[in-house]
Amino acid sequence: MLTKRIIPCLDVDRGRVVKGVKFFDHVDAGDPIEQAKRYQTQGADELVFYDITASHEGRGIMADVVQRVVEECFMPLTVGGGIRTLEDATRLIQAGAEKVSVNSAAVKHPQLLADIARKFGRCATVLGLDANRVFKDGVEVWEVFINGGRTATGIRVMDWVKQAEQLGAGEIVLNVMNTDGTKSGYDLEMTRAVSDAVKIPVVASGGAGSPEDMFLVLTRGHADAALAASIFHFNEYTVGSVKQYLHQRGVPVRLV
Amino acid sequence: MIGILDYGMANLRSVQKAFVQVGSDAQILKTPEDIRSCDHLVLPGVGALADAVTTIRNRGLDQPILEHIRSGKPFLGICLGLQMLFEVGYEDGEHRALGVFAGKCVRFEVDQTHGLKVPHMGWNQLNVVRLSPLMQDIPEGASVYFVHSYHVVPEDESVVATTTDYGGAFVSSIWRDNVIATQFHPEKSQSVGLMMLKNFARM
Repeated sequence: MLTKRIIPCLDVDRGRVVKGVKFFDHVDAGDPIEQAKRYQTQGADELVFYDITASHEGRGIMADVVQRVVEECFMPLTVGGGIRTLEDATRLIQAGAEKVSVNSAAVKHPQLLADIARKFGRCATVLGLDANRVFKDGVEVWEVFINGGRTATGIRVMDWVKQAEQLGAGEIVLNVMNTDGTKSGYDLEMTRAVSDAVKIPVVASGGAGSPEDMFLVLTRGHADAALAASIFHFNEYTVGSVKQYLHQRGVPVRLV
Repeated sequence: MIGILDYGMANLRSVQKAFVQVGSDAQILKTPEDIRSCDHLVLPGVGALADAVTTIRNRGLDQPILEHIRSGKPFLGICLGLQMLFEVGYEDGEHRALGVFAGKCVRFEVDQTHGLKVPHMGWNQLNVVRLSPLMQDIPEGASVYFVHSYHVVPEDESVVATTTDYGGAFVSSIWRDNVIATQFHPEKSQSVGLMMLKNFARM
């Protein structure tokens, strides 16, 4: 049986892992290679590296980080953040990434998803999506945000995920901004709606505070994988302890 | 020397570094002459089957691959490197592949029939049908990493080495004589996968 995946996410700024709350206020959380090795030992199913480096000059560092990680970690690696062109994606995949996650650039140039899927396959093409619950004229809508959560697009989440699937995305990482960094639990309603609307895997992101939050999003939220950052970075829980908990509650996970 | 074939469409670094990790001399190969000089040949691959086969033919690599297989020297195909060994693939039309094995490569239909997600992406278990050299000392029911939308259907079921369940059993690896090929990614399957690569290097 295909198991549910537990995926630590490492936000990387100029080669260092950082963790922010609600997208801002980042604190240093360590060396990416050391963190990646630690998660491999704990039994993480995949790793996501998200490059939040703002400057142009800093962006080449990510490919270098990926190159060094694949020398010591023999597990799937997804890299996102700052991928604007097919050349950016190519550089990261050639460095050793299994998948690339495209976020803002896919909204601005949807053809990018198709181009990456054409060159590297749907399986290597991930849509990263920052979703926000906002009120417009007193009515709540689920809206896509870009540029690290700073810019509203007016695009509805449900429309965008279906379009991205058609364009060539093979997976969606749904990050809900309202819950990100709060440790108050994933957005079960939105995750479930997205997962049910597409036929490709959906990774839930934003809000993990406990193993129970992961249990809920993998069951009631219909997520295929759960991504988390801070609860792992600061050693509140190990990946192994979360998986033990999920196993006891009947969720299929890979135990190591 | 273990040669990993570079035809411009694969994540070769992961495969090479994984072999290095288990103590093998693993080199990236690019030319027909390179293929003829190696003992163990690895054919990895991601992307579309038709593009991969066309690229391999245009670079004159198809005959050296087939010669290597016929010579009896160890051969390992990974993912697309498994799918290409069959006669025909059905990804965006019908395409002739390398035809080492009779059979075809088809898309999962589990999304239509079982509501399962495609690509089949993540860790899933191996059911051993025949114990290939790759599987020596691998625990029963071990999990490995998959990421694919298509799977192979051999005409000759005696080549099946393992199956995996995803809305029904599909062929997750094959083995005939010197040829082993896996739908999963040993190089991404942590300690279990590294042990498989070590087993291959010993063939």
